[in-house]
Amino acid sequence: MKLSAFKRALWVFHVPTGSCNGCDIEIVAALTPRYDVERFGIKLVGSPRHADVLLVTGAVTRPMAERLRRIYEQTPDPKAVVVVGGCGTTSGVFYESYNIVGPVDEIIPVDVYVPGCPPRPEAIIDGVVKAVAKLERLEAGEAV
Amino acid sequence: MSVLQALWQVALVLLGGVLVGLVYKGIDRKLAARMQGRIGPPIRQPFLDLGKLLVKETIIPRTAVRWAFSLMPFLAVVASATVLLYLPIGPFAPVLSSYGDLILILYLLAVPAVAMAIGGFAAGSPYAAVGAQREIVMLMSYEFPLALVIVGLAWRLSGLGVGPAFSLATVAGTPLWTQVGPLGLLGLLLLLGTLLVVTPAELSKIPFDIPEAETEIAGGLMAEYSGANLALFYLADALKTVAMAALVVALFVPYGIAAPLGIGGVGGQILDLAFFFVKLFVVIFVAVTTVRVAFARLKVDQIARGFWIPLTAVALAGLLLLVLDKAVVG
Repeated sequence: MKLSAFKRALWVFHVPTGSCNGCDIEIVAALTPRYDVERFGIKLVGSPRHADVLLVTGAVTRPMAERLRRIYEQTPDPKAVVVVGGCGTTSGVFYESYNIVGPVDEIIPVDVYVPGCPPRPEAIIDGVVKAVAKLERLEAGEAV
Repeated sequence: MSVLQALWQVALVLLGGVLVGLVYKGIDRKLAARMQGRIGPPIRQPFLDLGKLLVKETIIPRTAVRWAFSLMPFLAVVASATVLLYLPIGPFAPVLSSYGDLILILYLLAVPAVAMAIGGFAAGSPYAAVGAQREIVMLMSYEFPLALVIVGLAWRLSGLGVGPAFSLATVAGTPLWTQVGPLGLLGLLLLLGTLLVVTPAELSKIPFDIPEAETEIAGGLMAEYSGANLALFYLADALKTVAMAALVVALFVPYGIAAPLGIGGVGGQILDLAFFFVKLFVVIFVAVTTVRVAFARLKVDQIARGFWIPLTAVALAGLLLLVLDKAVVG
């Protein structure tokens, strides 16, 4: 399985798990003419079955935990999970809140964390690039 | 023509269709990005997309009807490719031709849409079912204006008696612009406009891409497709774009450029072929790219009403003008 076309044609699916939409807006901002990630081949798709990278935002609320797991399983291999924002990384300001079932890595395996509240689009793009680099290292059989 | 020669021509047209289709898809994305003030992906991006899709796992959902789910992408590619075999490519005659080509093409163009709809219904997901329903509604809406255009042209050609009217060789060999009077000219312009509006609907491009709406119904009828199946639908879309553009060119602007310039032989053929690709680009730019950037997505009831009432009226007016022109000119 060669990944050389992979890193230049990434299709991204955005999974909001109960976020305030700050990170969501920054993700969409990365597609606007100012940052324009489409020139790297990155495209936002509407179905997890089309996606290579899952961009998960938000602290995971209780109803979303089951859905997040399902979305992760519906995404075909090879895939990478990038958690965007402080809420998904460590629960952020909602640490040990009554409605949060933990940061994202307690639900699905995560490859890259992009901290920030919200992170800048440049940081999100950097996160996606790191996720692909990690996939290529895995493919080459090196240590992660 | 020997069997080997025929097979060689078929392979050439199919391979050329795939390459040209993907290149034009890349050009379309690049130009759309530039028009939006962005830089846009490189022109070879669709090849990279296809390569990536072939690397991905192909998941078939548990609720899907397996044989239909896996067969439909293949059917879509085959139908789109077969349309190309009936169309003249530049100075070269169509690989396959008979006396009813236009009718056959009309039905072949509907097959990828039906294949996508069946694939959507077979996926076992409510999003895909809604997308498939909308695809069928759209198919029913644009078929009538498309049929009116084809019937109008064929009828006028049959009056000239230059050969079987529904054969594409006849249509491409006898462009109607010089054979009709001023009323007929207006009628032909109306029919050309109708065909240019039907083109993005056939190809499911904005503003008519409601069956595949990413934001509204999670990818619509493509929602459950992944990996190799999705790659085949992607390829079918590229092939169908070339086929529709080549159909528009063959019906309305089949002119060559080598004969008026007096260049003959192989050089003339190459020049004609290059001119054909330029014409394809112009059709795709006008009917797909510019429209895609300028408009927002229409709702399915707006599309149905828009095609059944105003656009059919325009196509009927064009047909009526052609009939009046025949009565006047004789």
